[in-house]
Amino acid sequence: MRTRLYPLEDLEDIPGTKVFTAKRSRQAYHLHKFCMSLMKAENREAFKKDERAYLDLFRMTEDQKQAVLDRDFYQLIELGGNIYFLVKLSNTDGWSTQRAVSSMTGMTPDQYAAMMREGGRSPTGQRSKRDRN
Amino acid sequence: MARITAGIGTSHVPAIGAAIDLGRTQDPEWKPIFDGYEWVKGWIKDNTPDVIVLCYNDHASAMMLDIVPTFALGFAEEFEPADEGWGKRQVPTVYNHIELAGHIAEQLVIDEFDLTIMNDIDVDHGCTVPLSLVFGQPEEWPCKVIPLIVNVTQFPTPSANRCWQLGEAIRDAVRSFPQDLDVQIWGTGGMSHQLQGPRAGLINPEFDNAFLDRLGNEPDDLRTITRLEFLRESGSEGIELIMWLIMRAALGYNVEELYRFYRVPASNTAVGHIVYKTPE
Ligand SMILES: [Fe+2]
Repeated sequence: MRTRLYPLEDLEDIPGTKVFTAKRSRQAYHLHKFCMSLMKAENREAFKKDERAYLDLFRMTEDQKQAVLDRDFYQLIELGGNIYFLVKLSNTDGWSTQRAVSSMTGMTPDQYAAMMREGGRSPTGQRSKRDRN
Repeated sequence: MARITAGIGTSHVPAIGAAIDLGRTQDPEWKPIFDGYEWVKGWIKDNTPDVIVLCYNDHASAMMLDIVPTFALGFAEEFEPADEGWGKRQVPTVYNHIELAGHIAEQLVIDEFDLTIMNDIDVDHGCTVPLSLVFGQPEEWPCKVIPLIVNVTQFPTPSANRCWQLGEAIRDAVRSFPQDLDVQIWGTGGMSHQLQGPRAGLINPEFDNAFLDRLGNEPDDLRTITRLEFLRESGSEGIELIMWLIMRAALGYNVEELYRFYRVPASNTAVGHIVYKTPE
Protein backbone atom coordinates (compact mmCIF):
# COMPACT_ATOMS: atom_id res chain seq x y z
CA MET A 1 0.00 0.00 0.00
CA ARG A 2 1.29 3.46 -0.84
CA THR A 3 1.69 5.94 1.93
CA ARG A 4 -0.19 9.18 1.66
CA LEU A 5 1.97 12.19 0.96
CA TYR A 6 -0.04 14.35 3.36
CA PRO A 7 -2.72 13.75 5.99
CA LEU A 8 -6.24 13.76 4.54
CA GLU A 9 -7.27 16.51 6.96
CA ASP A 10 -5.03 18.84 4.98
CA LEU A 11 -7.73 18.86 2.31
CA GLU A 12 -9.84 20.80 4.82
CA ASP A 13 -7.02 23.29 5.34
CA ILE A 14 -7.58 25.27 2.14
CA PRO A 15 -9.48 28.49 2.87
CA GLY A 16 -12.94 28.83 1.32
CA THR A 17 -12.80 25.46 -0.41
CA LYS A 18 -14.80 22.23 -0.16
CA VAL A 19 -13.02 19.30 -1.73
CA PHE A 20 -15.59 17.20 -3.61
CA THR A 21 -15.16 13.70 -2.20
CA ALA A 22 -17.12 10.48 -2.71
CA LYS A 23 -18.92 11.21 0.56
CA ARG A 24 -20.00 14.68 -0.61
CA SER A 25 -21.01 13.22 -3.94
CA ARG A 26 -23.32 10.81 -2.10
CA GLN A 27 -24.69 13.58 0.10
CA ALA A 28 -25.64 15.54 -3.03
CA TYR A 29 -26.66 12.59 -5.22
CA HIS A 30 -30.34 13.54 -5.52
CA LEU A 31 -29.55 17.25 -5.79
CA HIS A 32 -27.22 16.39 -8.63
CA LYS A 33 -29.80 14.12 -10.23
CA PHE A 34 -32.11 17.15 -10.28
CA CYS A 35 -29.35 19.31 -11.80
CA MET A 36 -28.63 16.80 -14.56
CA SER A 37 -32.35 16.49 -15.32
CA LEU A 38 -32.13 20.12 -16.50
CA MET A 39 -30.13 18.95 -19.50
CA LYS A 40 -33.49 18.26 -21.20
CA ALA A 41 -35.54 21.21 -22.50
CA GLU A 42 -38.87 19.70 -21.40
CA ASN A 43 -37.56 19.30 -17.84
CA ARG A 44 -36.33 22.90 -17.79
CA GLU A 45 -39.82 23.97 -18.80
CA ALA A 46 -41.47 21.84 -16.12
CA PHE A 47 -39.08 23.25 -13.51
CA LYS A 48 -39.70 26.86 -14.55
CA LYS A 49 -43.46 26.32 -14.50
CA ASP A 50 -43.58 25.12 -10.89
CA GLU A 51 -40.19 24.95 -9.22
CA ARG A 52 -41.42 23.51 -5.94
CA ALA A 53 -43.49 20.78 -7.56
CA TYR A 54 -40.61 19.83 -9.82
CA LEU A 55 -38.15 19.67 -6.92
CA ASP A 56 -40.55 17.42 -5.03
CA LEU A 57 -39.99 14.78 -7.69
CA PHE A 58 -36.49 14.30 -6.26
CA ARG A 59 -35.36 12.79 -2.96
CA MET A 60 -33.37 15.88 -2.00
CA THR A 61 -33.26 17.22 1.54
CA GLU A 62 -35.48 20.17 2.38
CA ASP A 63 -32.32 22.29 2.85
CA GLN A 64 -31.16 21.43 -0.63
CA LYS A 65 -34.58 22.23 -2.13
CA GLN A 66 -34.68 25.57 -0.34
CA ALA A 67 -31.17 26.46 -1.48
CA VAL A 68 -32.20 25.69 -5.07
CA LEU A 69 -35.29 27.89 -4.76
CA ASP A 70 -33.08 30.64 -3.27
CA ARG A 71 -30.37 30.11 -5.92
CA ASP A 72 -28.01 30.02 -2.95
CA PHE A 73 -24.96 28.49 -4.60
CA TYR A 74 -22.80 28.98 -1.53
CA GLN A 75 -25.24 26.87 0.47
CA LEU A 76 -25.56 24.28 -2.30
CA ILE A 77 -21.79 23.73 -2.14
CA GLU A 78 -22.03 23.48 1.66
CA LEU A 79 -24.70 20.79 1.22
CA GLY A 80 -22.42 18.60 -0.87
CA GLY A 81 -22.95 20.13 -4.30
CA ASN A 82 -20.33 20.46 -7.00
CA ILE A 83 -20.21 23.38 -9.40
CA TYR A 84 -20.18 21.25 -12.56
CA PHE A 85 -23.63 19.94 -11.62
CA LEU A 86 -24.87 23.26 -10.24
CA VAL A 87 -24.19 25.23 -13.44
CA LYS A 88 -26.98 23.22 -15.09
CA LEU A 89 -29.26 25.25 -12.79
CA SER A 90 -27.61 28.62 -13.47
CA ASN A 91 -27.54 27.85 -17.21
CA THR A 92 -31.28 27.11 -17.03
CA ASP A 93 -31.72 30.56 -15.51
CA GLY A 94 -29.64 32.06 -18.32
CA TRP A 95 -26.94 33.14 -15.89
CA SER A 96 -23.31 33.17 -16.96
CA THR A 97 -21.04 30.82 -15.04
CA GLN A 98 -19.24 33.90 -13.80
CA ARG A 99 -22.41 35.24 -12.23
CA ALA A 100 -23.17 31.92 -10.50
CA VAL A 101 -19.61 31.65 -9.23
CA SER A 102 -19.41 35.27 -8.10
CA SER A 103 -22.54 34.79 -5.99
CA MET A 104 -20.55 32.53 -3.64
CA THR A 105 -17.93 35.15 -2.85
CA GLY A 106 -19.92 37.88 -1.12
CA MET A 107 -19.06 40.23 -3.98
CA THR A 108 -21.52 41.69 -6.46
CA PRO A 109 -21.25 40.34 -10.03
CA ASP A 110 -19.72 43.67 -11.09
CA GLN A 111 -17.14 43.68 -8.30
CA TYR A 112 -16.22 40.09 -9.09
CA ALA A 113 -15.96 40.77 -12.83
CA ALA A 114 -13.70 43.74 -12.07
CA MET A 115 -11.49 41.56 -9.86
CA MET A 116 -11.16 39.01 -12.67
CA ARG A 117 -10.30 41.69 -15.24
CA GLU A 118 -7.57 42.89 -12.91
CA GLY A 119 -6.00 39.44 -12.78
CA GLY A 120 -8.19 37.48 -10.40
CA ARG A 121 -7.84 36.62 -6.74
CA SER A 122 -4.24 36.31 -5.60
CA PRO A 123 -3.30 33.00 -3.97
CA THR A 124 -1.37 34.93 -1.31
CA GLY A 125 -2.96 34.20 2.06
CA GLN A 126 -5.34 31.72 0.39
CA ARG A 127 -3.22 28.57 0.43
CA SER A 128 -3.55 27.31 3.99
CA LYS A 129 -5.66 28.21 7.00
CA ARG A 130 -2.95 26.82 9.29
CA ASP A 131 0.03 28.52 7.71
CA ARG A 132 -1.90 31.65 6.73
CA ASN A 133 0.05 31.91 3.50
CA MET B 1 2.58 2.73 -38.56
CA ALA B 2 0.60 5.37 -36.75
CA ARG B 3 2.62 8.15 -35.12
CA ILE B 4 1.97 11.07 -32.81
CA THR B 5 3.21 14.17 -34.61
CA ALA B 6 2.10 17.02 -32.37
CA GLY B 7 0.46 17.93 -29.10
CA ILE B 8 -1.75 20.84 -28.17
CA GLY B 9 -2.56 22.09 -24.69
CA THR B 10 -5.47 24.45 -24.24
CA SER B 11 -8.02 25.66 -21.72
CA HIS B 12 -11.62 24.70 -22.51
CA VAL B 13 -13.61 27.45 -20.76
CA PRO B 14 -17.35 27.11 -21.61
CA ALA B 15 -17.77 30.91 -21.91
CA ILE B 16 -15.26 30.81 -24.79
CA GLY B 17 -17.62 28.44 -26.61
CA ALA B 18 -20.54 30.77 -25.90
CA ALA B 19 -18.56 33.76 -27.22
CA ILE B 20 -17.88 31.86 -30.47
CA ASP B 21 -21.46 30.65 -30.81
CA LEU B 22 -22.90 34.13 -30.16
CA GLY B 23 -20.49 35.84 -32.57
CA ARG B 24 -18.76 37.84 -29.85
CA THR B 25 -15.15 36.93 -30.56
CA GLN B 26 -14.31 40.52 -31.55
CA ASP B 27 -15.85 42.10 -28.46
CA PRO B 28 -13.20 43.95 -26.40
CA GLU B 29 -13.57 41.41 -23.58
CA TRP B 30 -12.94 38.43 -25.86
CA LYS B 31 -10.72 39.65 -28.69
CA PRO B 32 -7.41 39.26 -26.79
CA ILE B 33 -8.26 35.61 -26.08
CA PHE B 34 -9.16 34.77 -29.66
CA ASP B 35 -6.13 36.66 -30.98
CA GLY B 36 -4.07 34.16 -28.98
CA TYR B 37 -5.49 31.32 -31.07
CA GLU B 38 -4.91 32.87 -34.50
CA TRP B 39 -1.51 31.19 -34.78
CA VAL B 40 -2.80 27.67 -34.21
CA LYS B 41 -5.71 28.22 -36.60
CA GLY B 42 -3.20 28.97 -39.34
CA TRP B 43 -0.82 26.17 -38.38
CA ILE B 44 -3.50 23.48 -38.21
CA LYS B 45 -4.46 24.10 -41.86
CA ASP B 46 -1.19 22.51 -42.97
CA ASN B 47 -1.01 20.13 -40.04
CA THR B 48 -4.47 18.60 -39.79
CA PRO B 49 -4.02 15.10 -38.39
CA ASP B 50 -6.05 12.03 -39.28
CA VAL B 51 -7.04 11.55 -35.65
CA ILE B 52 -6.92 13.53 -32.42
CA VAL B 53 -6.80 11.80 -29.05
CA LEU B 54 -8.55 14.52 -27.06
CA CYS B 55 -8.09 14.40 -23.28
CA TYR B 56 -10.77 16.27 -21.38
CA ASN B 57 -12.97 15.91 -18.34
CA ASP B 58 -16.70 15.44 -18.42
CA HIS B 59 -18.35 18.27 -16.45
CA ALA B 60 -21.24 16.23 -15.09
CA SER B 61 -22.74 16.03 -18.59
CA ALA B 62 -22.48 12.34 -19.46
CA MET B 63 -21.05 10.84 -16.29
CA MET B 64 -20.05 11.79 -12.71
CA LEU B 65 -23.55 11.15 -11.30
CA ASP B 66 -24.11 7.40 -11.57
CA ILE B 67 -20.71 6.40 -12.91
CA VAL B 68 -17.39 8.01 -12.00
CA PRO B 69 -14.65 6.50 -14.16
CA THR B 70 -11.10 7.58 -13.47
CA PHE B 71 -10.11 7.11 -17.11
CA ALA B 72 -12.71 6.53 -19.82
CA LEU B 73 -12.50 6.16 -23.58
CA GLY B 74 -15.32 7.17 -25.92
CA PHE B 75 -16.15 4.19 -28.10
CA ALA B 76 -19.22 5.16 -30.10
CA GLU B 77 -19.10 5.89 -33.84
CA GLU B 78 -20.14 9.46 -33.14
CA PHE B 79 -20.74 11.87 -30.27
CA GLU B 80 -23.30 14.67 -30.21
CA PRO B 81 -22.66 17.91 -28.32
CA ALA B 82 -24.24 17.78 -24.86
CA ASP B 83 -27.09 20.06 -23.74
CA GLU B 84 -25.53 21.60 -20.64
CA GLY B 85 -28.66 23.47 -19.64
CA TRP B 86 -29.00 26.07 -22.40
CA GLY B 87 -29.38 23.87 -25.49
CA LYS B 88 -26.75 22.00 -27.47
CA ARG B 89 -23.87 23.99 -28.96
CA GLN B 90 -24.45 24.34 -32.70
CA VAL B 91 -21.22 22.58 -33.59
CA PRO B 92 -20.58 19.52 -35.76
CA THR B 93 -20.97 15.96 -34.54
CA VAL B 94 -17.66 14.45 -33.36
CA TYR B 95 -16.73 11.29 -35.27
CA ASN B 96 -14.54 8.62 -33.73
CA HIS B 97 -11.82 6.49 -35.30
CA ILE B 98 -13.15 3.15 -34.09
CA GLU B 99 -10.21 0.99 -35.20
CA LEU B 100 -7.60 3.13 -33.46
CA ALA B 101 -9.84 3.69 -30.42
CA GLY B 102 -10.36 -0.07 -30.11
CA HIS B 103 -6.65 -0.72 -30.41
CA ILE B 104 -5.82 1.92 -27.76
CA ALA B 105 -8.54 0.55 -25.45
CA GLU B 106 -7.15 -2.99 -25.68
CA GLN B 107 -3.54 -1.95 -25.44
CA LEU B 108 -4.11 0.27 -22.39
CA VAL B 109 -5.77 -2.56 -20.46
CA ILE B 110 -2.93 -4.90 -21.42
CA ASP B 111 -0.66 -2.14 -20.11
CA GLU B 112 -2.54 -2.39 -16.79
CA PHE B 113 -4.67 0.73 -17.10
CA ASP B 114 -8.17 -0.29 -16.00
CA LEU B 115 -10.00 1.78 -18.55
CA THR B 116 -13.77 2.32 -18.72
CA ILE B 117 -15.32 2.08 -22.19
CA MET B 118 -18.13 4.55 -22.89
CA ASN B 119 -20.37 3.24 -25.66
CA ASP B 120 -22.88 6.10 -25.61
CA ILE B 121 -21.98 9.61 -24.46
CA ASP B 122 -22.55 13.19 -25.50
CA VAL B 123 -19.45 15.38 -25.42
CA ASP B 124 -19.53 18.64 -23.47
CA HIS B 125 -17.60 21.91 -23.70
CA GLY B 126 -14.44 20.14 -22.50
CA CYS B 127 -14.28 18.45 -25.90
CA THR B 128 -16.02 20.90 -28.23
CA VAL B 129 -14.47 24.20 -27.09
CA PRO B 130 -10.88 23.12 -27.93
CA LEU B 131 -12.12 21.92 -31.36
CA SER B 132 -13.77 25.32 -31.94
CA LEU B 133 -10.68 27.23 -30.79
CA VAL B 134 -8.38 25.37 -33.16
CA PHE B 135 -10.65 24.68 -36.16
CA GLY B 136 -13.04 27.63 -35.98
CA GLN B 137 -16.58 27.04 -37.24
CA PRO B 138 -16.43 24.45 -40.04
CA GLU B 139 -19.41 22.44 -41.34
CA GLU B 140 -17.67 19.26 -40.20
CA TRP B 141 -14.64 18.72 -37.97
CA PRO B 142 -11.77 17.99 -40.36
CA CYS B 143 -10.56 14.84 -38.60
CA LYS B 144 -11.58 11.99 -36.35
CA VAL B 145 -11.54 12.46 -32.57
CA ILE B 146 -11.05 9.85 -29.84
CA PRO B 147 -12.35 11.25 -26.53
CA LEU B 148 -10.22 10.28 -23.53
CA ILE B 149 -12.07 11.39 -20.42
CA VAL B 150 -10.45 11.89 -17.03
CA ASN B 151 -12.02 12.33 -13.61
CA VAL B 152 -10.70 15.64 -12.29
CA THR B 153 -13.82 16.42 -10.24
CA GLN B 154 -14.35 13.79 -7.57
CA PHE B 155 -11.55 13.22 -5.12
CA PRO B 156 -9.22 11.44 -5.37
CA THR B 157 -8.45 12.29 -8.97
CA PRO B 158 -5.68 10.30 -10.65
CA SER B 159 -2.24 11.53 -9.65
CA ALA B 160 -0.11 13.66 -11.92
CA ASN B 161 2.30 10.76 -12.26
CA ARG B 162 -0.47 8.32 -13.19
CA CYS B 163 -1.59 10.71 -15.91
CA TRP B 164 1.99 10.86 -17.15
CA GLN B 165 2.16 7.06 -17.27
CA LEU B 166 -1.14 6.93 -19.15
CA GLY B 167 0.29 9.33 -21.72
CA GLU B 168 3.31 7.08 -22.19
CA ALA B 169 1.03 4.07 -22.65
CA ILE B 170 -1.06 5.96 -25.23
CA ARG B 171 2.14 6.75 -27.11
CA ASP B 172 3.10 3.06 -27.15
CA ALA B 173 -0.40 2.07 -28.21
CA VAL B 174 -0.51 4.53 -31.11
CA ARG B 175 2.96 3.53 -32.30
CA SER B 176 1.97 -0.12 -32.41
CA PHE B 177 -1.11 0.51 -34.57
CA PRO B 178 -0.32 -0.92 -38.02
CA GLN B 179 -2.20 1.64 -40.14
CA ASP B 180 -0.32 4.72 -41.34
CA LEU B 181 -2.00 7.53 -39.39
CA ASP B 182 -1.00 11.04 -38.37
CA VAL B 183 -2.21 11.40 -34.76
CA GLN B 184 -2.23 14.42 -32.48
CA ILE B 185 -2.88 14.40 -28.77
CA TRP B 186 -4.56 17.31 -27.05
CA GLY B 187 -4.58 17.98 -23.32
CA THR B 188 -7.28 20.40 -22.22
CA GLY B 189 -8.56 22.26 -19.17
CA GLY B 190 -6.98 24.65 -16.69
CA MET B 191 -5.09 26.72 -16.13
CA SER B 192 -5.50 28.04 -12.57
CA HIS B 193 -9.12 28.64 -11.58
CA GLN B 194 -11.57 28.00 -8.77
CA LEU B 195 -15.32 27.93 -9.31
CA GLN B 196 -16.60 27.48 -5.77
CA GLY B 197 -16.86 29.19 -2.43
CA PRO B 198 -15.34 32.41 -1.08
CA ARG B 199 -11.99 31.59 -2.73
CA ALA B 200 -13.55 31.56 -6.22
CA GLY B 201 -11.72 33.61 -8.80
CA LEU B 202 -8.29 32.43 -7.67
CA ILE B 203 -5.65 32.86 -10.38
CA ASN B 204 -1.97 31.98 -9.97
CA PRO B 205 0.12 33.22 -12.90
CA GLU B 206 3.40 32.19 -11.24
CA PHE B 207 2.24 28.60 -10.91
CA ASP B 208 0.78 28.54 -14.43
CA ASN B 209 3.86 29.99 -16.08
CA ALA B 210 6.20 27.68 -14.17
CA PHE B 211 4.04 24.79 -15.39
CA LEU B 212 4.31 25.99 -19.00
CA ASP B 213 8.06 26.60 -18.63
CA ARG B 214 8.75 23.09 -17.38
CA LEU B 215 6.26 21.18 -19.50
CA GLY B 216 8.51 21.11 -22.56
CA ASN B 217 11.92 20.08 -21.27
CA GLU B 218 11.63 19.43 -17.54
CA PRO B 219 8.27 17.66 -17.36
CA ASP B 220 9.49 15.19 -14.75
CA ASP B 221 9.32 18.02 -12.20
CA LEU B 222 5.57 18.22 -12.80
CA ARG B 223 4.90 14.53 -12.16
CA THR B 224 5.42 14.97 -8.44
CA ILE B 225 2.93 17.81 -7.93
CA THR B 226 0.44 16.43 -5.41
CA ARG B 227 -3.30 16.82 -5.64
CA LEU B 228 -3.14 19.02 -2.56
CA GLU B 229 -0.56 21.28 -4.16
CA PHE B 230 -2.73 21.66 -7.29
CA LEU B 231 -5.69 22.62 -5.09
CA ARG B 232 -3.69 25.07 -3.01
CA GLU B 233 -1.77 26.68 -5.87
CA SER B 234 -4.05 26.46 -8.90
CA GLY B 235 -7.52 26.38 -7.35
CA SER B 236 -10.00 23.54 -6.98
CA GLU B 237 -10.59 23.38 -10.74
CA GLY B 238 -6.98 24.08 -11.74
CA ILE B 239 -6.25 20.39 -11.15
CA GLU B 240 -7.55 19.90 -14.71
CA LEU B 241 -3.92 20.54 -15.65
CA ILE B 242 -3.14 16.87 -14.99
CA MET B 243 -4.65 16.23 -18.43
CA TRP B 244 -1.88 18.30 -20.01
CA LEU B 245 0.57 15.76 -18.58
CA ILE B 246 -1.14 12.94 -20.49
CA MET B 247 -0.63 14.98 -23.66
CA ARG B 248 2.96 15.82 -22.86
CA ALA B 249 3.95 12.25 -21.93
CA ALA B 250 2.46 10.92 -25.17
CA LEU B 251 4.91 13.07 -27.15
CA GLY B 252 8.11 11.56 -25.73
CA TYR B 253 11.20 13.62 -24.97
CA ASN B 254 12.80 16.30 -27.18
CA VAL B 255 9.70 18.14 -28.23
CA GLU B 256 9.87 21.47 -29.99
CA GLU B 257 7.64 24.22 -28.60
CA LEU B 258 6.06 25.95 -31.58
CA TYR B 259 3.77 28.40 -29.83
CA ARG B 260 2.64 29.53 -26.40
CA PHE B 261 -0.09 31.84 -25.14
CA TYR B 262 -1.21 32.85 -21.65
CA ARG B 263 -3.86 35.34 -20.67
CA VAL B 264 -6.04 36.22 -17.67
CA PRO B 265 -9.00 35.99 -17.59
CA ALA B 266 -11.62 34.22 -19.64
CA SER B 267 -14.65 34.35 -17.37
CA ASN B 268 -13.23 32.81 -14.14
CA THR B 269 -10.17 31.18 -15.63
CA ALA B 270 -6.56 31.69 -16.68
CA VAL B 271 -6.25 30.69 -20.33
CA GLY B 272 -3.19 28.71 -21.38
CA HIS B 273 -2.35 27.34 -24.80
CA ILE B 274 0.75 25.57 -26.09
CA VAL B 275 1.70 23.68 -29.26
CA TYR B 276 4.46 21.05 -29.46
CA LYS B 277 5.89 19.17 -32.38
CA THR B 278 7.56 15.79 -31.94
CA PRO B 279 10.94 15.05 -33.58
CA GLU B 280 10.61 13.39 -37.02
FE1 LIG C 1 -13.12 22.03 -17.38
